[in-house]
Amino acid sequence: MRRIVIPTAILLTVITASPVLADPLAQEGGSEVSQTPIFLAFILALSIFLGFELISKVPATLHTPLMSGSNAISGISLIGALIAAGHGGDVLVIVLGTLAVATATINVVGGYLVTDRMLEMFKKKEE
Amino acid sequence: MSLQLSINLAYIVSSVLFIFGLKMLSSPATARRGNMLSALGMAIAVIFTLLDQNIITYQWIIVGMVIGTVVGVAAARLIAMTAMPEMVALLNGSGGLASMLVGWAEYQRNIDPSAFTAGVIALTVLIGGVTFTGSVMAWAKLSGKMDGKPILFQGQQIVNALLLLAILVCGILFTLNPATSFLILMILIGLSLILGVMSVIPIGGADMPVVISLLNSYSGLAACAAGFVIENNLLIVAGALVGASGIILTNIMCKAMNRSLGNVLFSGFGSATGGGTAVEGEAKPISAEDAYLVLEAANSVVFVPGYGLAVAQAQHAVRELGELLEHNGAEVSYAIHPVAGRMPGHMNVLLAEANVPYDQLVEMDDINPIMETVDVCIVVGANDVVNPAAREDEASPLYGMPIINVDLARTVIVLKRSMRAGFAGVENPLFFKDNTRMLFGDAKASVQGLVREFKEG
Repeated sequence: MRRIVIPTAILLTVITASPVLADPLAQEGGSEVSQTPIFLAFILALSIFLGFELISKVPATLHTPLMSGSNAISGISLIGALIAAGHGGDVLVIVLGTLAVATATINVVGGYLVTDRMLEMFKKKEE
Repeated sequence: MSLQLSINLAYIVSSVLFIFGLKMLSSPATARRGNMLSALGMAIAVIFTLLDQNIITYQWIIVGMVIGTVVGVAAARLIAMTAMPEMVALLNGSGGLASMLVGWAEYQRNIDPSAFTAGVIALTVLIGGVTFTGSVMAWAKLSGKMDGKPILFQGQQIVNALLLLAILVCGILFTLNPATSFLILMILIGLSLILGVMSVIPIGGADMPVVISLLNSYSGLAACAAGFVIENNLLIVAGALVGASGIILTNIMCKAMNRSLGNVLFSGFGSATGGGTAVEGEAKPISAEDAYLVLEAANSVVFVPGYGLAVAQAQHAVRELGELLEHNGAEVSYAIHPVAGRMPGHMNVLLAEANVPYDQLVEMDDINPIMETVDVCIVVGANDVVNPAAREDEASPLYGMPIINVDLARTVIVLKRSMRAGFAGVENPLFFKDNTRMLFGDAKASVQGLVREFKEG
């Protein structure tokens, strides 16, 4: 458990300290050289490390649900899609955004539901 | 507290929920709750994003979400457990497509981004595009819409190398001068889509577990790259978790086949027929009645399922036979090779569907040391993963691959349609061993025949 909690804590500290969070307006200006890429890369490195810790503990029996479940997580690009579809300007952006919302939603909804359907079937032996 | 800040705090909560959701996948007992936790994290992220000031109109969001939900729910409900690899392939593809579109839309919103943002946009459409078409090809191969054999042609490596070079050039040109590079971005998208197709067609059906795992990883990396584009921590954390997951699975699959990733991706394995030393001898067929007598006397029985189990939909019949054997006093377990089936964990899901308790599912490394004490091994639709040539015949293409040593059990009963070679196209000396008996026919019908014998006997 400690191997998960400690990297998670470090990751959260970095996210909290990152300019994206601390000063959301800074990214809009962009007049000076931004530090944001460095922080984002730092977050990436920590997340990959944490990902390896987490996933190496998953038993072979659960590898299919792991794939479909983690797949649903990758539908997180839905967040970017929502902003594109709802920004209310350029038509092309709205079209692209709406398509992205639809495909990402398929990914999220389909992924979580099918994972749940599979995991429901994994039962211990009844005595 | 500003709105933007609370949205960002909600994203932190989401990342923690994703992390603990994955953590709970480490045991079948907690996995289901873990998945729900992860879904809750996603719901929080979506709800708080909808509060964002940049979102002015909701009508198109609603349209997109309704379409996505209807398709997603229908697919998740209707898909047969045996078709899970196809489902996961399509989900990978839709995730990749979504990330690609997000990258492109972001460019249309601001066609003069910084060099950093332009670079990650190029990376996002590249990874997203490859994931999309690669997954569609994987789906076509898995579902039999396309022949599972590797597609190879003269000069394939050169074409692929040129393709990569063109992508690299487009990426650099776009990054240097994004404002006037709309056309270059379109070419980049086109080339990425072609690259996805080109990288999956030379890979054979039996190597699909590796391809799906790798595409799983790509779909995460695409989301991660999109996170750099829109400068969003949550996309980066979530994408990296998925990317790491896919890479670990890819690595496990490659190890279980004793091959490098490069070999799987580029060798066109399985296109050649034959290979290895020709096997001398005669296979010994067995009738259902005689097989019943062998099983009736057995104290321990191990089932070894393979892709054939999925094809014949034999999982329920196998579980029924397993229960009858247990009532008869035998110890029953199911030994599963890491690459049995068409995706990691495929067999485990099918057996779980048939109500086989997960504590009876045994991994290869746990069964092999005690194989000599097993009375009967029943091989259901597996071939290459139980081929002793991997251990004994240095000339065999399978040599060195870890296998389930069923030939060391006292008796082996192989359920098989015919004497055809496995997907790797390699002869299997197991069928000619003294302790092997062949029960020919459809796997499901054969198992049902044994069940009948037990009920009558």
